Amino acid sequence: MNKLIKYVLSDILRSRVVLAYTVILVVLTFSVFSIEDNASKGILSMLNIILFIVPLVSLIFSTIYFYNSTEFIELLVSQPIRRSQIWISLFSGLSGALLAAYLIGAGIPVLIYAFSMSGLVLILCGCLLTMTFVSLAVWASVRIRDKARGIGTAIMLWLFFALLFDAIVLFVLFQFSDYPIDTAMTAMAAINPIDLSRILILLQIDVSAMMGYTGAVFRETFGSTPGFVLALLLMVLWIVVPAVFSARYFKKKDL
Amino acid sequence: MIKIQNLSKAFGRQKVLDDVTLECKAGQCIALIGPNGSGKTTLIKTILGMVIPDAGEVIFNGKNIAHDWEYRRDIGYMPQIGRYPENMTIGQVISMMKDIRRQAEANLDTDLIKLFDIPSISEKRMRTLSGGTRQKVSACLALMFNSKVLILDEPTAGLDPVSTEIFKHKILKEKEKNKLIIITSHVLSELNDLVSEVIYMQDGKPAFYKSLKEIRQETGEEQLSKAIARIITRQTHAISESL
Repeated sequence: MNKLIKYVLSDILRSRVVLAYTVILVVLTFSVFSIEDNASKGILSMLNIILFIVPLVSLIFSTIYFYNSTEFIELLVSQPIRRSQIWISLFSGLSGALLAAYLIGAGIPVLIYAFSMSGLVLILCGCLLTMTFVSLAVWASVRIRDKARGIGTAIMLWLFFALLFDAIVLFVLFQFSDYPIDTAMTAMAAINPIDLSRILILLQIDVSAMMGYTGAVFRETFGSTPGFVLALLLMVLWIVVPAVFSARYFKKKDL
Repeated sequence: MIKIQNLSKAFGRQKVLDDVTLECKAGQCIALIGPNGSGKTTLIKTILGMVIPDAGEVIFNGKNIAHDWEYRRDIGYMPQIGRYPENMTIGQVISMMKDIRRQAEANLDTDLIKLFDIPSISEKRMRTLSGGTRQKVSACLALMFNSKVLILDEPTAGLDPVSTEIFKHKILKEKEKNKLIIITSHVLSELNDLVSEVIYMQDGKPAFYKSLKEIRQETGEEQLSKAIARIITRQTHAISESL
């Protein structure tokens, strides 16, 4: 049905960045699991690497790719093709390539070394994070015409979700430590897709007992099946909302 | 064939198209001329749906083009600056376009591809091409699908004299097939034996829309460039006198 995806995918694969990303993931996962003899501990180390690298690569690569295909997009909009189809091809090409890289680079090794519920949740969260950050990157690059500003925005987004957000959470935590803020904290953590995946995976490996009272609150909120489903829904929302906004903007953009 | 009604478009505070109303029919070969920044390219891009107008509409074959995309099957467009995926080869770009437009091989017009000898350079990557070769590729793509409407934005800019002649000859042939051809150019002498109508754009509005015959009669000039110059100076005189 959609021939454009083929061209987008072949174009992405030709750049070799995705290939390098896969190789790096493979090397990292295999080295982590061969250092740690305990699969659970391995997952914990993997968690920190993946929550750092996956959003970064997904965001930056997608943004740069989108700006580099400005010519391609311009060529396509003057042809008998729906704009929405062009958008879908770009989006699914990008997320398809990055998802494949993640599944091959991190998914397969995790399945080999740590085939457990926690391993599966780790793979699922990685996939959702990839999609989320592709979606955010596409939104940013559709909205912002200038390449330098667009890539800058992508880096800022990553900094915010990966580092600044946690700093803000810590700040709030210390400022209001005299008050009962555990539910508020849970809600705050649920806003950030990276934090959300961290909590989901940590709850699976039972180190939440070491997180004290907060861990208990998290366990109570996200540990149950409805809580887990809610968390997944929130992450899906993080994919869908930016995607819908960017698709809508793309349809009426001047090129 | 193309009806443009009260079309307006502003980029930020700058008004690029100001209440443009025009009608173009099949069989016409229209020269769209005017100073830089007078809205020629924006008008073309609006017809193609690349730029979305703020107000007004474009009717193509009786159908409003807003939210439509099928109508672009009938348009061959040659952009002012051909921009293509840089790491694709010429051959790949051409076969991709064939793939996208899904037209039967028998209906394809490969005259220009042969005349410009594209097969001999089809392995070259787009990023290595000179401006002129890029123009040749654009021209081939615009004319390949036998579209009923041809929109050519500065087609001969950057082409060498021989290729320009080949291209003009091809356009003349297309004109005989009762197609609507819209050409923008700054080189008026080139349009002389090609066009049947002239639209002169100024400040986002068509200042006049006349057939070549009328223009020649009015000004008594045989050369298009001289005739246009005469009309423009007359207009500016009228303005300065009325002030």
